[in-house]
Amino acid sequence: MADSTASVPAPRARRWPYLIPLVAVLALGGVFTKRLLDVENGLEVTALPTVLLNTPVPDFDMPPLPGHAEGLKSADLKGQVYMINFWGSWCVTCLYEHPILIDIAKSRDVPLYGVAWRDTPEKSIAWLAERGDPYDKIGQDPNSKAAIAFGVAQAPETFLVDKKGVIRYKQPGPITPDAWRNDILPKILELKAEP
Amino acid sequence: MFIEVGHFALILALMVALVQSIVPLVGAQRGSAAMMAVAKPAALVQLGLIATAFAALLHAFITSDFSVVGVYQNSHTTKPLIYKISGLWGNHEGSLVLWVSILAIFGASVAAFGGNLPPALKARALAVQGMIAVGFIAFILFTSNPFLRVLPTPEDGMGLNPQLQDPGLAIHPPMLYIGYVGFSMAFSFAVAALIEGRVDAAWARWVRPWTLAAWTFLTMGIGLGSWWAYYTVGWGGYWFWDPVENASFIPWLTGTALLHSAIVVEKREALKSWTILLSIVTFSLSLLGTFLVRSGVLTSVHAFASDPTRGVFILALLGLAIGGSFTLYAIRAPRMQGGGLFAPISREGGLLINNLLLSTAAATVLLGTLYPLITEVLSANKISVGAPYFNSVFLPLFIPLIILLGIGPRLAWKRGDLKGALDRLKIAAGAAVAVFAVVLLIQGVRLADLGGAAGIAMAAWLATATISEWFERVRLNRPGAWARIGNLPRAAHGMTVAHLGMAVLIAGVSASQAWKQESIQTMTPGQSVNIAGYTMTFEGVKDVQGPNYFAAQATFIAAKDGETIATMQPELRMYDQPKQQITFTNVRTTFTSDLIAILGEPQGETAWVTRFYYEPLVPFIWYGVLLMAVGGFVSLSDRRHRVGAPKRATAATAMPLPEAAAAE
Repeated sequence: MADSTASVPAPRARRWPYLIPLVAVLALGGVFTKRLLDVENGLEVTALPTVLLNTPVPDFDMPPLPGHAEGLKSADLKGQVYMINFWGSWCVTCLYEHPILIDIAKSRDVPLYGVAWRDTPEKSIAWLAERGDPYDKIGQDPNSKAAIAFGVAQAPETFLVDKKGVIRYKQPGPITPDAWRNDILPKILELKAEP
Repeated sequence: MFIEVGHFALILALMVALVQSIVPLVGAQRGSAAMMAVAKPAALVQLGLIATAFAALLHAFITSDFSVVGVYQNSHTTKPLIYKISGLWGNHEGSLVLWVSILAIFGASVAAFGGNLPPALKARALAVQGMIAVGFIAFILFTSNPFLRVLPTPEDGMGLNPQLQDPGLAIHPPMLYIGYVGFSMAFSFAVAALIEGRVDAAWARWVRPWTLAAWTFLTMGIGLGSWWAYYTVGWGGYWFWDPVENASFIPWLTGTALLHSAIVVEKREALKSWTILLSIVTFSLSLLGTFLVRSGVLTSVHAFASDPTRGVFILALLGLAIGGSFTLYAIRAPRMQGGGLFAPISREGGLLINNLLLSTAAATVLLGTLYPLITEVLSANKISVGAPYFNSVFLPLFIPLIILLGIGPRLAWKRGDLKGALDRLKIAAGAAVAVFAVVLLIQGVRLADLGGAAGIAMAAWLATATISEWFERVRLNRPGAWARIGNLPRAAHGMTVAHLGMAVLIAGVSASQAWKQESIQTMTPGQSVNIAGYTMTFEGVKDVQGPNYFAAQATFIAAKDGETIATMQPELRMYDQPKQQITFTNVRTTFTSDLIAILGEPQGETAWVTRFYYEPLVPFIWYGVLLMAVGGFVSLSDRRHRVGAPKRATAATAMPLPEAAAAE
């Protein structure tokens, strides 16, 4: 209706720009309302993303650390059950988790891949040199490309991938001896038993 | 007994607020002086009632009356008095009581000291304040009542989150709320002006001091929060772009824009509808901050325990307040065309660019904060937007802002002399280049060094430009400078101090981003670690019993060039009530840099995870914030900013000749 004013010579202001704030607010209000309804219907906001569970591993191709022959790419996660661990030398909880990972690596229960997340190659190398290297393969993810694709929210975080390359389990935070015994190892055995 | 009186007083306050929001508004429409006059006593009585409610709750907290749910859940007999008091606002219900108390203080101040406001504007503004009060008091009474009792009375309380037991954080919420709620004044005046259909220089003159006061307190509140995160939480940083931090920063950005655009309205009668929009937006964003923290819509380390029912209530409240005011804006604002032509090179032109940059920055931060929420709602994808986004979008907006900040104050109103201004800025440019070179000489020339040096050079540019502008204005080198300093409006001094604060802050942020060092390791007693020229030797850990916690206390000897300079004793504390483990950081400051020691988890028998941070120039961030706040207060003390502004201004608005007021 305001368009007709274009032909009127009077310098009357166009009205529609003044509606922008209202429209923006209404749109935002809609988003908030839907979210609140979701929360009321039992959506857990703090729950870590479950969308990636039971979906194929995202595509990635991470470069190797200096001195390592191979990086890590999605094709590496096919044919058997793998565990993939996101860590960083800046992450204090990873210090806690590291000896446990070393034990897991020694047990050879599952091949363990590592992602050096948001770190410099020098620091990652120094970390592994000082504390031992539990990983069968390591990829670098300095810009969080893989971490975002995996929906990693914190470090450390560990995923189990089944024989078909589908993410089946996620351990947010460090693997504790309890979690390994009670949740992760049984899940690995279960996944290994699948065809 | 007290608590019931408080509860009852709050219910009465709701009734009074209802009266205050309806009667004066109707009176202003009908031109009934008697009905408009209701606003003043209503606002004063409302303050009395809400103060009673606040005092009753405070009494319960101080005397540890655990029959009150809020006290039981958030306090404990062994807590020091200051944290018993701060326990009042350390929880959702109590913090809302603080919120409405501050709202009532602002409303009553307008009622009591706004004697020379045009009666209709005053009545309408107070009515809008009344509406906000109705919304929030109803919210307290119906969904978040702090006056509820528990039966039987528990023996002792559950205690306050130990991380919140900190003097900085005890006064952080009141500061922040004075800021948030203070913007409600600009909002109420804006809505009143929209209803009235008129904005003029006098309107801006009334709005500015309120905005300035709110801005000053918000600045301090954000600064305190950041300081707390830095020296207690032990994350090794002062700003994390967390949603809740952003929720306070976004209104700060638009509030800063508002502060400057209101000057343009006052001096040039331009940017009127923009300033109205900013007033509404700034308070709306403050409300949004309140909503985000409490509704459970976003996840954050700082969020209150959330409850979706409350979320629905606040969302409805927000919808009414923001939706209503923007609808009014869409109807009325197109008629508010500003007078005066706008030359691009002029003080107002500079302030316009300032506004564009600040509001773009606010929009960017808002987008980054809500983006994860929006994508999740629309597509069920979880993403997170972190510091890299904010840093990379913020920098390109802030660099031109800082450059402009050096030039703008030298441009005259209407027609600025850019060449002349730049001529006089040669010293500032020279200072920036010299500082850039010196910093690189000291630090070396890696990429990070270049960034840090550039940041400090910007700070030097702004500081030199600001100080030299002040020198020129008072002509310090000529006789009679003291008299000229005295004659210069306080607001001008305030501006200089605040802009200088910005420069100091930039220096702190740049240096800490570029040259911060950290070292995380496992140590056994006797081991040493080097960081930034310091040698940290781990002496061991002993057990310590505090008043309401038990701690493992580490001892580190910090030495430089073989000389011991400090003994640092960070702790890992286990609080009794509630049972919670927190790290107690030890910060050793030289007033230009900080050395931080943090004790982490034990690793086996004698080994511990330890963290050290070297934070160069971080204290400058706090000095900068302090200077900005001082600038705000100095400016507030300006005679022309008092609510009792010159009578001339009142006369001018009483007549439909707004130009007269602007012709100063």
